[in-house]
Amino acid sequence: MSSSQMSRREAGIPAATKAGTVRRRSAWAVAASAALLAATLAGCGGDSSEPSAGSPGEFSGRGPITLATGKDTTGTIQDQLDRWNSEHPDEKVTLVELPESADQQRQQFIQNAQTESDAYTVLNLDPIWVAEFAANQWIDALPAKEFPLDKMLPAVVKTGEYFGKQYAIPFNTNAGLLFYRKDLLDKTGVQPPTTWDEMKDACADVAELPEGRGVDCYAGQFDKYEGLTVNFSEAVASAGGTVVDAEGNATVDTEEAKKGLQFLADGFKDGTFPKESSTYQEEDGRRAFQAGKLLFHRQWPYQWALADTEDGSSKVAGKFGVAPLPGLDGPGKSSLGGLDLAVSKFAKNKATALDFIKFFSSEANARTNLKVTSAAPPYAGLYDDPALRRQFPYLATLKASLSSAVPRPVVVQYGDATAAIQEGAAAALSGSKSVDAALADMQRDLSAAIAEKK
Amino acid sequence: MSVLSQGRARRDTGSRPPRTSRRAGTGRLAAALLSPTLLVLGLVVGYPVLAAFRLSFVVSSESIDSQTGFKVTTTSYGLDNYEAVFTGERFLRPWWNTTSFALVSVAIEVLIGVAMALVMHRAFRGRALVRAAILVPWAIPTAISGLLWKWIFNSQGVANELLGAKVLWSSEGFQAWLSVVIADTWKTAPFIGLLVLAGLQIIPGELYEAARVDGASPWRAFWRITLPLVRPALVVAVLFRLLDVLRMFDLVYVLVGPRKHSVETLSMVAFEEMSNLRFGTAAAYATVLFLYIAAVAFAFVKLFGADLIGRGTRSSQ
Repeated sequence: MSSSQMSRREAGIPAATKAGTVRRRSAWAVAASAALLAATLAGCGGDSSEPSAGSPGEFSGRGPITLATGKDTTGTIQDQLDRWNSEHPDEKVTLVELPESADQQRQQFIQNAQTESDAYTVLNLDPIWVAEFAANQWIDALPAKEFPLDKMLPAVVKTGEYFGKQYAIPFNTNAGLLFYRKDLLDKTGVQPPTTWDEMKDACADVAELPEGRGVDCYAGQFDKYEGLTVNFSEAVASAGGTVVDAEGNATVDTEEAKKGLQFLADGFKDGTFPKESSTYQEEDGRRAFQAGKLLFHRQWPYQWALADTEDGSSKVAGKFGVAPLPGLDGPGKSSLGGLDLAVSKFAKNKATALDFIKFFSSEANARTNLKVTSAAPPYAGLYDDPALRRQFPYLATLKASLSSAVPRPVVVQYGDATAAIQEGAAAALSGSKSVDAALADMQRDLSAAIAEKK
Repeated sequence: MSVLSQGRARRDTGSRPPRTSRRAGTGRLAAALLSPTLLVLGLVVGYPVLAAFRLSFVVSSESIDSQTGFKVTTTSYGLDNYEAVFTGERFLRPWWNTTSFALVSVAIEVLIGVAMALVMHRAFRGRALVRAAILVPWAIPTAISGLLWKWIFNSQGVANELLGAKVLWSSEGFQAWLSVVIADTWKTAPFIGLLVLAGLQIIPGELYEAARVDGASPWRAFWRITLPLVRPALVVAVLFRLLDVLRMFDLVYVLVGPRKHSVETLSMVAFEEMSNLRFGTAAAYATVLFLYIAAVAFAFVKLFGADLIGRGTRSSQ
């Protein structure tokens, strides 16, 4: 972000002064800039990048490496690195903390790759970047057999895959849950809904209760940002459709996709979703849920601990439960979040990097991360651990949600794909386009993003 | 002796048309003395501008190898990026947003800024406090003030509480545009205030005394004395603000978010293209914006005669 901004900032001021001074400039200054221009144009030949042989990289060389990851807000990563470093004094891992914002992390990873720098060895990637990084050959295909991928949830393992090769190993994962007000549902004697119709019925029942006044039915993340892509993809998957199919083609012109988007658009039209939820990101919805203004809320598991705080910040502490997301004819399907570990193509000491990923993504580490930071582990077994289930009562539901979850669309130009999805979904939700028209446009733009625009 | 003759020589060049050989000599000396500055300027300003300009002609087309899934990129030179800018859907609306932000918010800022300057210029008890208070918004980084206003314009925020309405500020529509104008005005009116205050402080008090003796009303004194004399400072302030608003990015990005058509500016489109790794189109958008800003600045200087290069100081001597 900053680099384009900077160049424009610098560009604005000379424009102003130029207007006044251009006549006064002595000839040699013009000559100098002409020389500069010539030098610039001379150095412009080799911009094209030819694909090299596509064999998985050689993982050789041992020595110090780095782990580049988003800001460690939990303060637990360094402890794990210290443990590794004390056992491997000659192969120390240094932590490189990137900004907290995902977009800025991506920018830095890309800059690092484009300068072919060896500053980052192991990259902690958002799963939606894996296709882009693999297609640009910024990360190496990993020897999948050396990792305990069979112990992990299959949907989660798939997030690290591109063109049949494993480019990244899951570090942690995430899936959406349906948070619901247990107290209100109990009063009406209704079970947590598994379909959208049941959910709307439950809302109608609760609305008749005296406690149900001022409580809106349902909200997700409907602002025009990545959250809308997540919620739209979930609605389509929950209606039995896909956004991008296994062959990589856009499939939002199908009947299922239409039913999914129709559910979201109708929600706003008939008042099932409060009007202001069209501006909700995660935290806006969480505030509304904690203030007791929502009966149902699609949210990531992090909300559990915060909504259950007894210090008065949450009015719903002890009064809510979680269920898998509802769908059209039965339980719905969540999108996947999380983080995947990959090895930069331009790094040194890749043998160490491979060993370190094995250690860092191990089940023991995943258990610690769950306990300390409540990050959802990729390992299926941990969800059935009685001690962990006691500490995190939502684990059983989360496992069910993760088992049926679908990765977000695998598209190399993910930025364009998510923009196309958000564009169409937002237009349908606001009513500025009909569901059919919005999906037709989305299909066109999404196909263009997949086919790679110029 | 030599000192004396040098001194005379310098005075000569100032008052009389100098002989050509001597002029060439001083010109060369001036060039030599200025060259480090020009070199640095060339490196940090000239080179990026030229590099971006060159990049805007680099047309790259990409495809995915169906066997390996790897990206294949070929590049050539051409005008396709500019064609994409002018024929695409994302030019007119962002251009109009950029321009309307510049026109409306700068107009409001001038009114409020001049009023602030007049208040800050008065002598009264607690003036230092008022001055500091007025300048606080200007001292806050734009991204931070964007966050502040994002909270205020939240659906459950203060703005809706005060208005007693449920306005969805960050959703598409006029209200999103308005929220940006309000936040921008809040932050930058003090800048105009500050520059106008500097202009006010060099107006001699005798002029006002004379006006009062002649029986001029305060209103008339403002129109006939204050405004004409503060004009050079005001024009520079407005020019700076215009250039600033035309390249507005951070406030809108933080306050409303990317890809919202009612507020998207040209710099945001350029940024969006860049973050999707289409550097050629991004550079084309940036170049178009650069030329647009240059044209606006040039027209403004021609129209209002902004004194940017210090001609005013010489004529007043």
